[in-house]
Amino acid sequence: MRRFALIAVPYAWLLALFLVPFLIVFKISLSDIALAIPPYTPTMEDGLGALIEGLDFENFWFLTTDDLYYKAYLSSLQIAILSTLLTLLVGYPMAYGMARAPEEWRATLMMLVILPFWTSFLIRVYSWMGILSNEGLLNQFLLWLGLINEPLTILNTNVAVYIGIVYTYLPFMILPIYAQLDRMDDSLIEAAEDLGCSRLSAFWLVTVPLSRSGIIAGCFLVFIPALGEFVIPSLLGGSGTLMIGKVLFEEFFNNRDWPVASAVAVILLLILIVPIVLFQRNQQKQAEAET
Amino acid sequence: MKRMSAFNVTSLTLGFAFLYLPMVLLIIYSFNESKLVTVWAGFSTKWYGELLRDEAFLDAAWVTLKVAVISSTFATVLGTMAAYVLVNSGRFLGRTLFSGMIYAPLVMPEVITGLSLLLLFIGIGLDRGVLTIVLAHTTFSMCYVSVVVSSRLVSFDRSLEEAALDLGCSRFDAFRLVTLPIIAPAVISGWLLAFTLSLDDLVIASFVAGPSSTTLPIKIWSAVRLGVTPEINALSTIMIGIVTVGVISASLISKRKAVRDAADIRAAERATA
Repeated sequence: MRRFALIAVPYAWLLALFLVPFLIVFKISLSDIALAIPPYTPTMEDGLGALIEGLDFENFWFLTTDDLYYKAYLSSLQIAILSTLLTLLVGYPMAYGMARAPEEWRATLMMLVILPFWTSFLIRVYSWMGILSNEGLLNQFLLWLGLINEPLTILNTNVAVYIGIVYTYLPFMILPIYAQLDRMDDSLIEAAEDLGCSRLSAFWLVTVPLSRSGIIAGCFLVFIPALGEFVIPSLLGGSGTLMIGKVLFEEFFNNRDWPVASAVAVILLLILIVPIVLFQRNQQKQAEAET
Repeated sequence: MKRMSAFNVTSLTLGFAFLYLPMVLLIIYSFNESKLVTVWAGFSTKWYGELLRDEAFLDAAWVTLKVAVISSTFATVLGTMAAYVLVNSGRFLGRTLFSGMIYAPLVMPEVITGLSLLLLFIGIGLDRGVLTIVLAHTTFSMCYVSVVVSSRLVSFDRSLEEAALDLGCSRFDAFRLVTLPIIAPAVISGWLLAFTLSLDDLVIASFVAGPSSTTLPIKIWSAVRLGVTPEINALSTIMIGIVTVGVISASLISKRKAVRDAADIRAAERATA
């Protein structure tokens, strides 16, 4: 009996506040917009018959008529993929350097990577606004060096969005890769070098494959949230930056078109199902490998 | 000892410079006399004064703190229960669905979580306010807590709990007296994680907060959209300072505890030898 209560309480909570809300989004994505409160029809009060009859795929059809939406999905995908690769490019050498650092430094280096994660996300994004603007510190620095004659426009472009994503998600990339590299047996590299590998080919043929599951985990941890990102494109991106999280937010709050916003959310989730399932598989495989 | 190559030293130096330079610059410019954020006009703490006189920020900070304490406490209780169920309960009806619901919110885009919760609250006619933010924050942060706690529970030796049961403990007492003290570090870090997630959340709170329940991130957001301001730099500096002190002292405490535990173990070994 007590065991039942132990299972039932968190289970019921998640059903009520995670699964049911999601079913409501799905239902509203199939409803019509209405000038009422709540602004969609049919609602639950219309009875089950009218509820089922009133559902149609009109909103999803609408998404195909305006090229804003598919452009937003595509450019979100592009920004998320490219910034994941950039994060890997910056994060891997750092994780590698940490794993090769003297034993007594590692805890400190690890804390230095985690500390930004505890600091407000919003503030970390904000800190770049003062650096990247036209009269910002980066431009002042470059002008002072004489590398450029006129300030570069970086803030309010996609470049700023890439910088923002790499910056804020970097710890998510470093930590799983470091965890893999840290437990790697160094004698494997020595063996490869004894057998005639150069340093570089030992790295490619031994170190990188052994850190593979960390790389995969890191890439998913950056890619999945980056795809639905809202704060970074709103603060650092310009009017030309199309990202689906931002479109959803504006559709909901500015246009007050709840059914279309829900349809946008449903499609975003459909796109994310594949990476989310792959990520879980990777985590499971790793957990099994450890036991 | 491993040899650090020049490449490793360079990549670490550049990497940490990239991570910390923006925040250091933010802190420096919070002490700037000028209203123009990019022009240095001498040292001044006047923006801190203006910030502390701004009632709207103080109110928002109070709401945020209240929400974070309540929701992270609920999230810790629910998350620990969920972790206990996941690790110890074997098979039960809908187990796959349960574990799916624990892991899915971790990777769900915030805009979707926020939207779906708002539609639920409107559907059941719950007015938006502190209560709805607490419900939303409890839901997503309990999942983080349960992941942290279950990773500790997996390595927990169940025979200890069974021994307590054999010696006449009730199930609850066995949990309270044996299991809980052993998993306590994970429970505490779960609470801290839930607390910071709640303090930090902007997107979900923007959906579920009412007009009378503005949190600090929402307040910062509306100020920041208009551009960089010295008051926000000052506020950011205060927040970065609190976090830094908190994280460093927590890690010092746990380090000292680890040293003490190691000494205890050595003493015990010497005594039994």
